[in-house]
Amino acid sequence: MGADISPALIAVENLERIYQMGEERVVALAGVTTEIRQGSFVAVMGPSGSGKSTFMNVLGCLDQPSAGSYRLKGVEVGRLSPTELARTRNREIGFVFQQFNLLQRVDALGNVELPMLYAGLPKRERRARAEAALARVGLADRMRHLPLQLSGGQQQRVAIARALVNRPACLLADEPTGALDSRTSLDIMALFQALNRDGVTVIVVTHEPDVAAFASRVIRFRDGKIVSDAEQAPRDAAAALAEWSEAA
Amino acid sequence: MSFLDAILSSLSAIRAHALRSVLTMLGIVIGVAAVIAMVAVGNGARERVNAQIQSLGANLIIVIPGNITQGGARLGTGNASTLTDADAQALKTEIPAVQAAAPLVRGGVQVVSGGQNWATSAIGVDLDYFVARDWVVERGREFSEEETRRGGQVALIGQTVQRELFGGNDPVGAQIRVRNVPFEVIGVMSPKGQSMFGQDQDDVILLPLQTARQRVVGTNRAKNRSVNQIMVKIREGEDLSAAEEEMRRLLRQRHRIQDGRDDDFSLRNMAEIQATREESARTMAMLLLSVAAVSLVVGGIGIMNIMLVSVTERTKEIGLRMAVGARPLDVMGQFLIEATTIALIGGLIGIGIGIGIAIITAMKAGWPLLVDPLVVVTAFVFSGLVGIVSGFYPAFRAARLDPVEALRAA
Repeated sequence: MGADISPALIAVENLERIYQMGEERVVALAGVTTEIRQGSFVAVMGPSGSGKSTFMNVLGCLDQPSAGSYRLKGVEVGRLSPTELARTRNREIGFVFQQFNLLQRVDALGNVELPMLYAGLPKRERRARAEAALARVGLADRMRHLPLQLSGGQQQRVAIARALVNRPACLLADEPTGALDSRTSLDIMALFQALNRDGVTVIVVTHEPDVAAFASRVIRFRDGKIVSDAEQAPRDAAAALAEWSEAA
Repeated sequence: MSFLDAILSSLSAIRAHALRSVLTMLGIVIGVAAVIAMVAVGNGARERVNAQIQSLGANLIIVIPGNITQGGARLGTGNASTLTDADAQALKTEIPAVQAAAPLVRGGVQVVSGGQNWATSAIGVDLDYFVARDWVVERGREFSEEETRRGGQVALIGQTVQRELFGGNDPVGAQIRVRNVPFEVIGVMSPKGQSMFGQDQDDVILLPLQTARQRVVGTNRAKNRSVNQIMVKIREGEDLSAAEEEMRRLLRQRHRIQDGRDDDFSLRNMAEIQATREESARTMAMLLLSVAAVSLVVGGIGIMNIMLVSVTERTKEIGLRMAVGARPLDVMGQFLIEATTIALIGGLIGIGIGIGIAIITAMKAGWPLLVDPLVVVTAFVFSGLVGIVSGFYPAFRAARLDPVEALRAA
């Protein structure tokens, strides 16, 4: 990796995360070193308890490492205050969750506007950018719908629009297809691939090999360590979707 | 997040749990309504008491005969005939603070005019009476000096008597008979309204003292020229209690009461009655104020309780907000604004209800509506403060949540 000239978007070195749970010391990350470049599509895999979620939380600035270094765009995250961490999450990270995590009483537009509310953008710009983001994920005709009026796949699209709307450096998706059927999962992965082609860095945490197949790089975790890290030729989700339709 | 956005967002959260929010507000609503209504009702009542005292005549000290023992029989207050015209005259001439001292006799009479008759009370008065009671003739004329001294057969009638006997007709110059004694009506008194004790002060006819005493009421008093009471008006700016002491000393001396023995008269100071009334009004106000205070405290605890529940319920939402970039301060502000908004809405509702109660009370009791804007503003600000204080701890807890833990919450 050192041979690459383009600077890493994410650079972690000897990353450790240790929890104290009562008497017990839980080592969630036991020295992780890797780099992720701008514009890549990475799948993070591993069984539950392997540390992949903790890795994700640290990358997303939700959690801070116990030891080691994490530099995001060259900035050492471990030294940031809670307020600066919030700002970093707001500007540089877009989260996509398994359970979508939309505000139920707010319509699609309102949900997508939320990150810009904390960025302090004026109302008109928020509205315009939220509409553009929803159009981008194919929900131009669903902007005024409440989450309950949308299907699971549509809700996840709203969540992706919300993650994109502040133009973050990196999209972090934690089991984004975990609550969706296979067909809708393909749909969402096709959207991630399309966004990635447009230059968005995508990191997907999953335990499903089917999902990981769409990434161009797969990092496997076990017991808080990286056990394999390999580039691969990604499967084309749009093509898979077409096949599916023909079969049906 | 801008302040306006935060308020809009808190309103949407409050609307999402409308019933719960309303129940949460209840304590504040009751507290604020109690304060507003209390102050308005208190002011209205005081205003009315003042008006009543004014209608009786300000700076009045009333002298009535006291208990005396005659031949072993103890006579009740007011019945003895120890007070005389001469006492009134002496009070007026010997005590500089006394502006007017009006001796009077009174009794119930049946008044007949043409085909109508009416039961009312007749008061025999001299000219000082009009001064003492600040009472003027509305139509017609007052008694002349001559008429009071010699005992002229002329009468002044109150508004109620005029209405009952003459309806819309002009009574001035008309003849009436009081206990079969003919009188000429020479005037109608201006309206006085209800007394402090609920009596109609306009249901009265005024006769010259001498005439009344000799021919109409209290005829047994004619020989010793005694009276039912003396109304004494103290000059503006004089000390009422000092004047009262002087009057007591003078009357004891005139009645030859030895030291150590009880007065054979008693003095009633209107200011004392007023003070008593105000004192009881104050006690009532303090009581209501403590109810209001307790209610606001309970309301505050209610808000804190609900906000704590709300923070627990919305832990996942808080986690999500943190994930998309809410700073701890934003989260804190969100819950603080929500608590304050609930309290302020409660305050507004309470102000509405309080003013409503004040309007209804004022209408029923027939006194002016006195809603103090300062009290309204204070109540509003205070309910806001209750919101801030009670929202602080829940908001603080929300802000300190760990985003990872919060997102993991159910």
